[in-house]
Amino acid sequence: MARAISPRRKALNTAIAWTIGIMIFFPILWTFLTSFKTEAQAIADPPVWFLFDWTTENYTTVQERSNYFRHFWNSVVISVGSTIIGLAIAIPAAWSMAFVPSKHTKNILMWMLSTKMLPPVGVLVPIYLIFRDLKLLDTQFGLIIVLTLINLPIIVWMLYTYFKEIPGEILEAARMDGASLRSEVLYILLPMAVPGIASTMLLNIILAWNEAFWTLNLTAAKAAPLTAFIASYSSPEGLFYAKLSAASTMAIAPILIMGWFSQKQLVRGLTFGAVK
Amino acid sequence: MKTTLRTMLGATALAAFTTAAIADTTLTIATVNNGDMIRMQGLTDDFKAKNPGIELEWVTLEENVLRTRVTQDVATKGGQFDVMTIGTYEVPIWGKQGWLVSMNDLPASYDVDDLLPAIRGGLTVDGELYAAPFYGESSMVMYRADLMEKAGMEMPDAPSWHFIRRAAAKMTDKEEGIYGVCLRGKAGWGENMAFLTATANSFGARWFDEEWNAQFDSPEWKEALTFYIDMLTAYGPPGASSNGFNENLALFQQGKCGMWIDATVAASFVTNPKDSTVADKVGFALAPDNGLGKRGNWLWAWSLAIPAGTDDEDAAKKFVAWATSKEYLALVAENEGWANVPPGTRTSLYENAEYAKVPFAQMTLDSINAADPTAPTVDPVPYTGVQFVAIPEFQGIATAVGQQFSAALAGQTSVEDALANAQKLTTREMKRAGYMK
Repeated sequence: MARAISPRRKALNTAIAWTIGIMIFFPILWTFLTSFKTEAQAIADPPVWFLFDWTTENYTTVQERSNYFRHFWNSVVISVGSTIIGLAIAIPAAWSMAFVPSKHTKNILMWMLSTKMLPPVGVLVPIYLIFRDLKLLDTQFGLIIVLTLINLPIIVWMLYTYFKEIPGEILEAARMDGASLRSEVLYILLPMAVPGIASTMLLNIILAWNEAFWTLNLTAAKAAPLTAFIASYSSPEGLFYAKLSAASTMAIAPILIMGWFSQKQLVRGLTFGAVK
Repeated sequence: MKTTLRTMLGATALAAFTTAAIADTTLTIATVNNGDMIRMQGLTDDFKAKNPGIELEWVTLEENVLRTRVTQDVATKGGQFDVMTIGTYEVPIWGKQGWLVSMNDLPASYDVDDLLPAIRGGLTVDGELYAAPFYGESSMVMYRADLMEKAGMEMPDAPSWHFIRRAAAKMTDKEEGIYGVCLRGKAGWGENMAFLTATANSFGARWFDEEWNAQFDSPEWKEALTFYIDMLTAYGPPGASSNGFNENLALFQQGKCGMWIDATVAASFVTNPKDSTVADKVGFALAPDNGLGKRGNWLWAWSLAIPAGTDDEDAAKKFVAWATSKEYLALVAENEGWANVPPGTRTSLYENAEYAKVPFAQMTLDSINAADPTAPTVDPVPYTGVQFVAIPEFQGIATAVGQQFSAALAGQTSVEDALANAQKLTTREMKRAGYMK
């Protein structure tokens, strides 16, 4: 039976939740507001909130100066491409770890996670040299490979956790009915793990979309995604905050909208198996 | 007839082939996000019209990202860029490494002798010009003429540090939110250390003696740092230790600073009525001195260089020559007005009667001429560079030293401790790098 919560307590919790929510959302809101200001209003002290002459001038300037759609398309190809390849590798890996574990499984999982503990800059030079020799610098394919590899541990871990929740007996029953390994994974496991896979996929797309170390360092003009688009509006010598905010808003809008529409799926997947 | 037809077909095919070959040239140009560079991107139709078949791709990045990005590319010969925008700090180091293409063979029409000698000197290594200056800048005093008048003082063209301090004291009105002086305090080799290194030069201090021994234990450094911290603490804005160029620009544009000593490029921002509330009240003066023969102003030139090993060296050179030519300056003047012409690169620009009408033109030229990167300090030094030391280790060392000085400004440590730490860490790094035994 659920514990009774007093209305006061409930109001307090709600207030705290809202405060934290607004604090988290505030930078995005401020970026959005600033993108409609003039450069002078953007740095005004005291700051102007909502009562200013909203202008779309910054968006026009950004459109004129940069090829937004090329950057956008690169972001889509790179994030979706790396997610699909990542899932194709991670699903069989997670299956074997969840359903046919060996005594080394835990160690392998830990080892995979440990690759995330190295600061990326530590391997920048070797990777840059390899990419140079393989002619992968400034290519979408090169970035897909790198982002697949850096996000793979997270995908495997997430899928492993979801697969562990699925009773092995169901798969065993399928096997007894004569299902091959392929049909077992495709027709039994995957449909049951859809929420988990979907949220893994969404999370991975978000991570790849926002990745700003490799995407800046391994690209120049052709494969540069939206992270490079934002970086081109930042400047230590000149106040271009309104234009920078417009560029940032344009860069995060697609992923924000995608997140908004899929939030049910995302939350369901992320909390899958959290409460027993 | 047949022969004629065959010849014509052959010629057409050849023409088509040649056009295709020329059209294949695409130059990738890495550049920074500042007003002058963005303006150039808008004017490239002129270059394309004069050089059919050369396409331009721009990679615009924030200054620090750009620096990392082009450094790794030029060092590994990654070949990602055909033209790079780099500064006076990188050019001598990279030139010496053989990473850049020499510009000594630019055509006579380019008139290389027209480049300002101080700027040209900073981009030349052993007689080879390794980059063409796109715009040059120094630093100077920008002040509020109205507040100066209210304080009953008159700014000389070449003020001393003591005058600046007295003026700061008189102009400060904290209740009104006006601070006498705004200076850089944010840690970084290109932030507070650019300002402090140039300032220290005018106090007779230097980074190293001729044997590469760090000099932070000298009385000159103590005097310079104490002066800076005392003045900024008493008459500067609150939180000055986190202010860089942009923060001070915002304060000045909103009328909160009496004086601001910073890059000459700021002059066009603070006098622009669209963004600045004090546009018609700004005066300019040379960076201050202490009567020792060196002023506290720096010298920088964003320049265009070509990495060695690029496939399109000829096309890249054509572009660099176009972007840094006299004709380009005239093109900007025609399209955007003289005030928007990239400053500080050519003598002929300052001889132009139209350009002389721009309020900050003469002061910018005087400031640039007052800096000498080959002899930046009162006492002799083994390095070149005014607000930096042109050695690869400088970025790392100066950022660490900058953190010490920024902490001293914030009151987290004393001037003595900050200098002692700076001395210790600089000596350690220089020993490691093999400059001293």
